[in-house]
Amino acid sequence: MSTTIEVNGQARTLDLDPRTTLLDALREHLGLKGSKKGCDHGQCGACTVLLNGVRVNACLSLAVACDGDKVTTIEGIGQPGNLHPLQKAFVTEDALQCGYCTPGQICSALGMLEEVRAGWPSQVTDDLGAPIPLSAAEIRERMSGNICRCSAYPQILAAIEDYAGDAA
Amino acid sequence: MSDQRATLADWAKPNPVTDNRSGLIGKAVDRYDGPAKVTGTAAYAFEVETPSPALYGILVTSRIAKGRITAVDTASAEAAPGVRLVWTHLNIPETFADPEGKVGFAKTHFPLFRDDRVRFFAEPVGLVVADTFENAVAAAQLVGFTYEVEGPATSMDTALDQGEIPTGDPDLEMGDFEAAFAASPVRVDGIWRTPVINHCQMEPHATVAWWEGDVCVTHTSTQVLKRSQVYVSSTLGIPQDKVRVFARYIGGGFGGKVMNHWDLILAPLAARALSQPVKITFTRHQMFHATVHRPGVTQEVRLGANPDGRLTAISMMTWSHCDSAGVFTEPASRFARNLYAAPVRRMGLRRVRLDLPPPGPLRSPGEAPGMMSLECAMDELAEQLGMDPVELRIRNEPESDPETGKPFSTRQLVRCMREGAQRFGWDRRAPVPGQVRDGRWLVGMGMAAAVRGSAILPAKAGMGVDADGVVTLSQAMTDIGTGSYTILQQIAAETMGVPLEQVSVNIGLSDLPPAPGSGGQFGAVTAGSAALAAGMSLRKALAQLAAEDPDSPLHGGPAEAATFQDGMIAIGNRSERLSALVSRAAPDGVYREAASGPAADQGAWDRRSYGAQFAEVGVDTVTGEVRVRRMLGVYAAGRILNAKTARSQLTGGMIWGVGAALTEGNYPDPRYGSFVSQDLASYLAPTHADIGELEAIMLDEEDPKANPLGAKGVGELGIAGSPAAIVNAVHNACGLRVRDYPVTPDKVLAHWKSNPLPLAARGRGVR
Repeated sequence: MSTTIEVNGQARTLDLDPRTTLLDALREHLGLKGSKKGCDHGQCGACTVLLNGVRVNACLSLAVACDGDKVTTIEGIGQPGNLHPLQKAFVTEDALQCGYCTPGQICSALGMLEEVRAGWPSQVTDDLGAPIPLSAAEIRERMSGNICRCSAYPQILAAIEDYAGDAA
Repeated sequence: MSDQRATLADWAKPNPVTDNRSGLIGKAVDRYDGPAKVTGTAAYAFEVETPSPALYGILVTSRIAKGRITAVDTASAEAAPGVRLVWTHLNIPETFADPEGKVGFAKTHFPLFRDDRVRFFAEPVGLVVADTFENAVAAAQLVGFTYEVEGPATSMDTALDQGEIPTGDPDLEMGDFEAAFAASPVRVDGIWRTPVINHCQMEPHATVAWWEGDVCVTHTSTQVLKRSQVYVSSTLGIPQDKVRVFARYIGGGFGGKVMNHWDLILAPLAARALSQPVKITFTRHQMFHATVHRPGVTQEVRLGANPDGRLTAISMMTWSHCDSAGVFTEPASRFARNLYAAPVRRMGLRRVRLDLPPPGPLRSPGEAPGMMSLECAMDELAEQLGMDPVELRIRNEPESDPETGKPFSTRQLVRCMREGAQRFGWDRRAPVPGQVRDGRWLVGMGMAAAVRGSAILPAKAGMGVDADGVVTLSQAMTDIGTGSYTILQQIAAETMGVPLEQVSVNIGLSDLPPAPGSGGQFGAVTAGSAALAAGMSLRKALAQLAAEDPDSPLHGGPAEAATFQDGMIAIGNRSERLSALVSRAAPDGVYREAASGPAADQGAWDRRSYGAQFAEVGVDTVTGEVRVRRMLGVYAAGRILNAKTARSQLTGGMIWGVGAALTEGNYPDPRYGSFVSQDLASYLAPTHADIGELEAIMLDEEDPKANPLGAKGVGELGIAGSPAAIVNAVHNACGLRVRDYPVTPDKVLAHWKSNPLPLAARGRGVR
């Protein structure tokens, strides 16, 4: 099926098997291998990309269902030599070890910060009426869909806090 | 390189790493591979560009644990769209059965679909290769196997008496344990159980393979390049130099990628049969069975002590399960031979054969599960004695190795405990459980010791400098997230006296000088020592080059007096830039290789890294949930090579301890011989929300008897003891002793039922 997706600002038209996930379309058809396949079942978060600005598990999204959508992958966020401030914070805080979950963590964090800004509550939000504070508890709760088996969680938290603090 | 081995006297001499003139060693340098990893440009095995489009291979796995394949139907799969090949035991070109029959951990051959036998649940029994991933996945489901099912043996507890003593690992018996234990005034006697633990590396095992003439090129997810190369060459029967194994980036290993799997052999074989690159990845579900796991361990710990706390007798016997033909045994008793003084000692390992998938090493094999029992038994002993758990351990601190009498190279366990207690606020711990309440939570503190061996293995490295003055370190080493790239960059820069930016690290390819890879927390010191040796050899070559070059300002100077700093080579007050020297006198660059390994007289010393783990937990009096509020680890692990990456290794290990204590575990389903959890939703590895405040402190230490760097391993130390600290904190919080890991809410709730909270503890808001 012919499918057109705007990937990192560029319209890409692909002739796809309807069974192809967005993740495999990115990795196997567009050569964008920064989005990782850790489980292929929406359980690890390594494939997280931004779909029309909202974080999704690309492995749970069929590519043909994304026709006309805008996708931002890690490749669209920053490149070596031109790192996004959050990518820089991940390096500085050592918020990664093996690096396999890292693109997903970064995409997820960017999506997460928008969700907080938009006032979406989480399980740990105390007051649904008040502006949501970007507390450690909120960040940890909201990032829990992204598993890091190397367990760089404290450093990931620090990187997100560094970035959010600088961006505020 | 001469065969003459170094001695400890050689290691005691100053070298560029121990001198650390530029201060690069130990510095919290950012990860060398950081920018590639945060931008998604680091290519892991499955992602490597192939010379022509690759085909996709999917493994077909058995749906029984034990029995025989009586019929195979591949017709539908073969007729499915895009399918290029379907292999089962009936038509695989060769099975590569090992002539010596060795399988499992020690195998050098990787037999494929040997016969009609099924040996464990989800054993790979077939391969489908198709033009697309979707076609391969669909066709794999069409391969039909008919089985004659036999009932699998899955329970270790009913088979403990059938435990085998592993070859080369006889029991330790010092004195008459039973008599000494019976005569001890204070005793702890218990059975602890730790469940199967799955590695759950984020990157599933995967291989991409193709052939360039008679050379087999593979990119695979491995911790050990040379071992992978041997697997491929000995299994396929081709010379080693015709096999190239690449692993530039590895998405986590934790011991599970020390072994190779079907993908590494099937991908080259299928690529050869189809004359096209083939890539095979395990699915996440396949990872839970068809790779390896830490076996379940049943641990019997018996401690006898005098009222003053001194141990009179210590025994630790452990049983772990293994597959029918494997050789892996979880060495869960081994560390206990060394940790505490006691005149009478008994330690032993038993291997129990079950029809479960093959077990293998997982982060800190031995210490990780073993300390989960002994360090809780020590806590129970302290409670019986009415003694502080730190004090009890200090009282049993041996002066030398209690078994061999060997002196310790360094052992700062006591300092780790004292410093940890002070930093953690251990004096605020209520000695009686159930005393500290915070709202609906009962709060408690616990601690445990940590120990893990620190070996140096033989390795080689190459170091070169080119006409631009760029130093390149070359080694068949891997970085599984441990920081190898970065510490090698630091060592190369410090040794050659150049800035970090002037160093290129070329690792992750089997063509390069051999190193044993990543595992057993020997990686950094082993690879790093070889890098230092290569650098020393290169320095010598450069000094000679300068001294003999009439155009060099250093000409005629004593080469042995040369120094290297700020990108310059100098003899006395004469100096020139490295780039000037090399571009003029050796424009093709200068390159030297060197080897390193254990010192000849090193065996006279006992060498390990140590630590102390402290945890504070809250136990929810309503739901039974345990949450780790804060953790502190204080470690003494020799010279720290990179404060940033070492800390990440240690805190990562501590978080594995949180998982082992509270959520992680897999269990055989007796009906099918499968593991109950088969995905990341039901196997509960820690997530962000599980982890609170956590700190790792590294004490100043140098251990010149460990290796020329004076460093020791940190990769596995953090997981040693940390689960016990948490479980001891649970006891301190609410009085519950859990001996069956992990401490899940059902166990806590069962405890509330039979042990209602003491009235005094209710509603007492201390915090």
